[in-house]
Amino acid sequence: MSEVPSLPMPMPMPAPDACSRPYWDGANQDVFRFQRCRACGRAQFYPRSLCAHCQGADLGWETAAGPGRVASFSVIHRAPLPAFASAVPYVLALIDLDEGVRFMCNVLNCDPATVRIGMRVRLCFQARPGSTQKVPQVEPAES
Amino acid sequence: MGKKAIISGVHDTAVGALPESTCMSLHVEAALGALVDAGLKLSDIDGLLTAYSFTSPQLMLGGVFGEYVGLHPKVNASISMGGVTAGLMVHHAASLVKAGICRHVLCVTGDNRLTGMGERVQAALADVGHPQYEQPYGMSVPAAFAMAAQVYFHEGWLNGEHLAAVAVNQRVNAALHPQSHLKKPITMDDVRKSKVIASPLRMLDCCLVSDGGAAVVVSAAQTARDLPRRAVELLGIGEGHTHEHIFAAPSLVDFGCKESAATALAQAGLAHADIDSAHVYDCFTSTLLITLESMGFYGRGEAGPAALAGEFAIGGRFPVNTNGGLLSYGSSGAAGGMFHVVEAVRQLRGECAQRQVKDAEVALAHTLGGIFSGHCSIVMGRL
Repeated sequence: MSEVPSLPMPMPMPAPDACSRPYWDGANQDVFRFQRCRACGRAQFYPRSLCAHCQGADLGWETAAGPGRVASFSVIHRAPLPAFASAVPYVLALIDLDEGVRFMCNVLNCDPATVRIGMRVRLCFQARPGSTQKVPQVEPAES
Repeated sequence: MGKKAIISGVHDTAVGALPESTCMSLHVEAALGALVDAGLKLSDIDGLLTAYSFTSPQLMLGGVFGEYVGLHPKVNASISMGGVTAGLMVHHAASLVKAGICRHVLCVTGDNRLTGMGERVQAALADVGHPQYEQPYGMSVPAAFAMAAQVYFHEGWLNGEHLAAVAVNQRVNAALHPQSHLKKPITMDDVRKSKVIASPLRMLDCCLVSDGGAAVVVSAAQTARDLPRRAVELLGIGEGHTHEHIFAAPSLVDFGCKESAATALAQAGLAHADIDSAHVYDCFTSTLLITLESMGFYGRGEAGPAALAGEFAIGGRFPVNTNGGLLSYGSSGAAGGMFHVVEAVRQLRGECAQRQVKDAEVALAHTLGGIFSGHCSIVMGRL
């Protein structure tokens, strides 16, 4: 161990671009926004300049209600970066929101050992120290 | 089909901790070794394909290597597609010789990731995560691959015993290879009790980080009679690309390997049962088993039990990764996949001594990049 206390490493944070700004601005207002193609009707995550299903350019924004399920997950015991070392063990998960979009996040506010595929979860929005940007997360649906 | 493509020469350098090595020294050693093996001079090479380096990132690795060795190729390209790259290099080289654009294409890979990067390599690998939608959540590469493994566990298609059997078998194989990075025998218990990295994957389910390099020469078949070694013919090559980030994968059960294997076998006019020796990308034990099922070599839930039953052993029903693979032979960036290509060629030439699969006539080499994102299957046979 170094005798000089090191400053806590900041977690990587998103740098919103023109395409993703509505999504990240939404997170700051505790809403999860996703795009739906007005031509083919398919929802997509993440925001793009076109529909990845039909390449149509007419995309509308919708807001997810909150509920979803764990499609898969892993409990991380070895952090990829020093910034996450103090968080282990933490849950990385793929979440299927009820509106039909899948995204990656952490499952918060639960014992990692209780997370299961198929588990019902709901959206929550996490503030992080040193950042004004909130990040979409989930927690178990039943509290 | 018109012209045929062959692999005329192969070479892999020492692997493991090579503190004196550099990206360029490994490239040079691998390339010159493959030329000697093919009985060619550097001036015979009219096409050069390179990959990428983490330790010594270059905008134009092909230009840097060509300049370093004094090669002025007619065709020069660097391909950067993660672990699938070695297969893609062979694919593009085969296309160049079949089209008559080149006669001899040198495909060379190598990186000194172990001694050149140390712990930084894990952070560099985590960088593959999407900067907005994955990296803020602390995604590690093992955790991303674990997403598929967890589904297979949940469905009862895989368990920890199955994964451990893969790790143990490949360590046994690595012990039979004079160059392999790790030879110390391991037990099922060692694997099951190694520390959890990202559930359900443990330390001994994960591939190594090694220094090392490998090269192959892909040549037009009409040059074969001038070559000193028995050449190996590239019978069929297929690719499959479905996504980049694991959250965007169309399925967590089947991947692009399904299409790549089907394409390669169809081109070769062969069936799964014709493969005598399989050399399949194994960044994790689970990756190998899932890929084998998705490619159709085993039915759903059958690859794990096959591993436990010893089918993947060199004398088994379906020998897999006879050199020990990325798990025990070595893993050096793009060279990891090239080690599989080199071993497949050696099996078909009958040069594998204690590791030799009896009467190996057709081999499969399969590389994978990203998080099950891009796949390349190569079916090759004795000429």
